Amino acid sequence: MTARHARRWARTVLWYLRELTGEAEYDRYCERHRRHHPQAPVPSRREYDVLRTLHREAHPQGRCC
Amino acid sequence: MPTSAMPESGRGAPEKSRMSPKSIALWTAVALVGAIGWAVLALSRGEEISAVWLVMAALGSYAIAYRFYSRFIARRVLELDDTRATPAERLEDGVDYHPTDRRVLFGHHFAAIAGAGPLVGPVLAAQMGYLPGTVWIIAGVIFAGAVQDMIVLFLSMRRDGKSLGQMVRDEIGKVGGAAALIGVFAIMIILLAVLAMVVVNALAESAWGTFSVTMTIPIALFMGFYLRYLRPGQVVETSFIGVGLLLLAILGGGWIQDSSLAEYFVWSPETLVFCLVGYGFVASVLPVWMLLAPRDYLSTFMKVGTIALMAVGVVIAAPTMKAESVTEFASTGAGPVFAGSLFPFLFITIACGALSGFHALVSSGTTPKLIQKESQVRLIGYGSMLTESFVAVMALIAACVLEPGLYYAMNSPAALLGPTVETASEAVKNLGFTITPDQLTAAAKAVEEQTLVGRSGGAPTLAVGMSEIFAGVFGGAGMKAFWYHFAIMFEALFILTTVDAGTRVGRFMLQDMLGNVWKPIGRVTWKPGIWITSALVVGAWGYFLYAGVTDPLGGIKQLFPLFGIANQLLAAVALAVTTTLLIKSGKLRWAWVTGIPLVWDVAVTFTAGWQKIFSADPKIGFFALRDTYAEAIDKGELLPGATNVDDMHTIVLNNTVDGVLMAVFLLLVLTVLVNCAVVCVRAVRSPVPLPSTEAPYVESRIDLPEQSDEALVGAGR
Repeated sequence: MTARHARRWARTVLWYLRELTGEAEYDRYCERHRRHHPQAPVPSRREYDVLRTLHREAHPQGRCC
Repeated sequence: MPTSAMPESGRGAPEKSRMSPKSIALWTAVALVGAIGWAVLALSRGEEISAVWLVMAALGSYAIAYRFYSRFIARRVLELDDTRATPAERLEDGVDYHPTDRRVLFGHHFAAIAGAGPLVGPVLAAQMGYLPGTVWIIAGVIFAGAVQDMIVLFLSMRRDGKSLGQMVRDEIGKVGGAAALIGVFAIMIILLAVLAMVVVNALAESAWGTFSVTMTIPIALFMGFYLRYLRPGQVVETSFIGVGLLLLAILGGGWIQDSSLAEYFVWSPETLVFCLVGYGFVASVLPVWMLLAPRDYLSTFMKVGTIALMAVGVVIAAPTMKAESVTEFASTGAGPVFAGSLFPFLFITIACGALSGFHALVSSGTTPKLIQKESQVRLIGYGSMLTESFVAVMALIAACVLEPGLYYAMNSPAALLGPTVETASEAVKNLGFTITPDQLTAAAKAVEEQTLVGRSGGAPTLAVGMSEIFAGVFGGAGMKAFWYHFAIMFEALFILTTVDAGTRVGRFMLQDMLGNVWKPIGRVTWKPGIWITSALVVGAWGYFLYAGVTDPLGGIKQLFPLFGIANQLLAAVALAVTTTLLIKSGKLRWAWVTGIPLVWDVAVTFTAGWQKIFSADPKIGFFALRDTYAEAIDKGELLPGATNVDDMHTIVLNNTVDGVLMAVFLLLVLTVLVNCAVVCVRAVRSPVPLPSTEAPYVESRIDLPEQSDEALVGAGR
């Protein structure tokens, strides 16, 4: 396995983890925000997280047995 | 800025609909692998076989089922249509609805459905030998569990992500809807109580386990504050730090155990109950970012990591199965771990690993709102459940690599085993197995526990089995204690996550229900309302937890069947709803796909429920046991299990409550079933299709040629 393969593999794993944990949601949100409200400033990471938690607070997700 | 699309390796020319010679050869090979596995399982008589055969039988069967049966369901039964826009595409809002990569969603969905159930159930079911359990875990998932998950996911997706309860109310009727709502709530309470009891049994009198699990609370709090104030949004980084701290906490536990601090962490079961109840209450009213969210990340990481580790361990270590393939308890029904004969109680006990009603709630929750293309229902619904079933197979293996003598010494009720290793050794001998007191002491010493006698609940047994397997691959015998406590920690961690999340979900359900009667309590922002409903939910499961932990006859033996029946009854509701909706949409000829598992599941649950209520055998029937003890109280006698009159009264009370609860569950589910049957008859007789809440067709604009149904087939499981 060459170094290029290893890097590519590591990138894929990181991509997967970021997507799985929801870390990448912010990027998607910003992109969408710019598309729909081009004039309004994009919320900061911190502001977004506050919004996200408020939403999570109101939509509990059950875990299985 | 990173894009959300992963660099995809190029795929070859689109596959033809007829199978190519290469693919025929491949699938023949896969079928052979499965067949060889099954043949070895079937033909071995008396001799010990390697766990590898079990893994081969399972993986071969899953691959065939995924490739052929799930494809048949996708194409013929559900007629999945990739030109039809999914709710994620039509209603995209960047929050609840957004098209998600199928591999990511598979991970999400799997993390949401996988929990302690498939780890605990098979361990207890090992009482009947590995063969019946393996057959049911594999056959059950292929024909019932995965089918249920996939079709519920599909139906909810076609209805913009409606929950199971809403679907019952909208498409079956108000009465069925109300019964389903109350049923789901009651079933969840029992579920939380039994899972919490598994944690209590695993941590009681163990300084190491208690310390490391307690440490998860400060670790989660630290992660919460770190994510909120220091490094907002850096979830992956935070999770890695958390996992590192968690491993340190496990190592630290070993150090605490040997130090003078140990006594502060040796807690009685009753103390642990109060701690858990208090924790459950606090966790459900605290803001989610503080405790719940970070704990969820930790638990997901640990879950995926440990399951992968377990698969590697089983394959590399290739342990030998020490348990018999079928024990005498399968036919006599007199086993010490759970009472009753193979039909129906084996199916009740295994529960989640083969068919889990709870998955219907997840499949009709967040997941359907995130699906990109209809055909992906197959990978996410069917595929995730196959993976969960594989976890159950590994748990069964972990339990069966133990010497049977040790297995029974750990899992029989304390009343049978007596207080010392000598009495336990004698009790195991009476069951027909052997283990010397010295062996029992040595086994406990190897994992640095005070004792392993009477450590029922499944988690300690699984942990000993896992430490056995892991130590064979990573680190040798000296690492056994670490791996044991690693396994305990990992189970406790995600049971506690289920308890947090479950209490919160329960609170919302209760607020919703009570809100119909008294408006203010339904307001989700009114603090006193939140506190009252949280306390009610915690109090409800706390009651059953306390009753179970203090039950003189062994709480797991008494309550686990109730938990299994509750879960399988929920599956009956889900399967009845799917069958009804298939018939309503004019697919009567395919109704058997969910109809057959429904009939089977109803037969299992109602037989089990009936026996639990009406059986004259006090080992099985709640009321029969109650009457035996009540009569003895009148005569002033003490019966086995009770050491004083209070114990006698506790047994009478517990069995009355359990029996009544069982009857309530059955009646609620029967209401839903009758309501479904009425709708089915109406649908079949009606000359025009009955009204449906399915969202109308909208053409999809997402084009994913590389993710078409055919490409998915090529992607394997």
